[in-house]
Amino acid sequence: MTKNEALFENKIVADRDSGFANMTRRKFLNFAGASTGLVLLAACSKNDNNGVDLGSGDTGILNYAYALEQLEAAFYIQVVNSFYTGISADERSLLTDIRDHEVAHREFFKAALGGSAIQALEVDFSSINFADRTSVLGTAKAFEDLGVSAYNGAGPLLQSAAFLTLAGKIVSVEARHAALIRDRISNGSFVAGDVVDLTTGLEKSRTPAQVLGIAGTYIKTQINASNLPS
Amino acid sequence: MNLQNIIKEIETVDPEFHERVSPRREAIKNMTGFGKKLALGALPLAMGSLFTKAYGQTQPTAINDVLNFALTLEYLEAEFYTRGVAAHGAALAGTPAIGALTTIRNDENNHVNFLKSVLAAAAVAKPNFDFTAKGTFPDPFNTANYAVFLALAQAFEDTGVRAYKGQAPFLMSNKTVLEAALNIHSVEARHASHIRQMRKANGDTTLKPWITGNNRGAIPAAAQAVYNGEELETQATVKLSGMVVDGITLSAAAVTEAFDEPLSYKDALDIAKLFIA
Repeated sequence: MTKNEALFENKIVADRDSGFANMTRRKFLNFAGASTGLVLLAACSKNDNNGVDLGSGDTGILNYAYALEQLEAAFYIQVVNSFYTGISADERSLLTDIRDHEVAHREFFKAALGGSAIQALEVDFSSINFADRTSVLGTAKAFEDLGVSAYNGAGPLLQSAAFLTLAGKIVSVEARHAALIRDRISNGSFVAGDVVDLTTGLEKSRTPAQVLGIAGTYIKTQINASNLPS
Repeated sequence: MNLQNIIKEIETVDPEFHERVSPRREAIKNMTGFGKKLALGALPLAMGSLFTKAYGQTQPTAINDVLNFALTLEYLEAEFYTRGVAAHGAALAGTPAIGALTTIRNDENNHVNFLKSVLAAAAVAKPNFDFTAKGTFPDPFNTANYAVFLALAQAFEDTGVRAYKGQAPFLMSNKTVLEAALNIHSVEARHASHIRQMRKANGDTTLKPWITGNNRGAIPAAAQAVYNGEELETQATVKLSGMVVDGITLSAAAVTEAFDEPLSYKDALDIAKLFIA
């Protein structure tokens, strides 16, 4: 494998602590980087200490999903362990449900992958204010929308129909979460134009490169996705 | 009419009949206990769909046939919301509810147009729909029946989610089409979540944006087929309910909520056919 080949190390950490508001700019930087090579860093094999290798083929895609579920589960566990100030009983209940769903997803992938599963990832939530509803729901929205777009983009990369069905079982629940969180932030935004193409009614899916570029802000462990199918 | 005898007769000429319709067998037995209305009025319909199910419905494998199935479901949703927005718009004027229903209406019509554009000359025509399912439900477009409209909306969205999921494996030979179908699938799930929130606000106070077990909530029993099979606690041999991790015990409810199950072509079509005139 050559250097600069499909690497998503996402080392854009300089402004990590400036928070969620910069998501859009980061996203742009990642897209720009992906097309110009500006932020692609060199690395290639497992031996380079360049992070956790997701692997190849269907295993790689499942590990990719497992990584995202780890991120979501860790986030909601912390949300529920220290609910934001003034939370309603209703949102307490809904967020606890979502935590349990994400933990179930994570544990499913861990068990299904068995010896091929990647290690537990170290997360970085320093940009999130868990005491603040706006910060928590804003992050939840970002994670849920990201998850939906990731599963949709990865589905066609799977070879196994059984795995495709399993991914499908999960992605629609992520979409239910996403719609709820969005409506709690702004009622009626469940299919707004930032996530759905309003001329076709289709969700906007993302490639693993795009997804990991965004998720990388919240994951300390370096992830090597260079062996994923494309 | 003696249903049990009819079935016996069919079995003598077609020994495999029972096997093909066995999930429905219990339903037939139970029909004798149903109310007058269903026994007298809906029985021919029920038998009709039963026979079509046994003999006429097989999972299509050609991409266009799968897409035409999806198009049929989208026709149903698009017409349902188009008529619903027209019927309930005045009473709901200025509310978030009509805004959301209009948004969903637009998405469903966009899905119809998208699938028609992909299928071009191969697209099936829109069937005529009967949203009372031949009198099973009150007219959802009567302004007095807004709650019925929302209940059917929930059933259609949850059916759509499950039906697309069931068809995805049959689109794997064309990655572009598969990705488009997945991108519709998740939008249906977003709709389902929102409609469920609307129904919660409208009085079904325990309803969640996700499906718990095979519970249909406070929607009519005739819609139970939409939720059957959603109660799985084990995924690909991994038993998730009862698992204890990070100090969290995963309940059966949470585990069933965490995974939406696919509907087979036959089961999804049987639901849709109830509403085809």
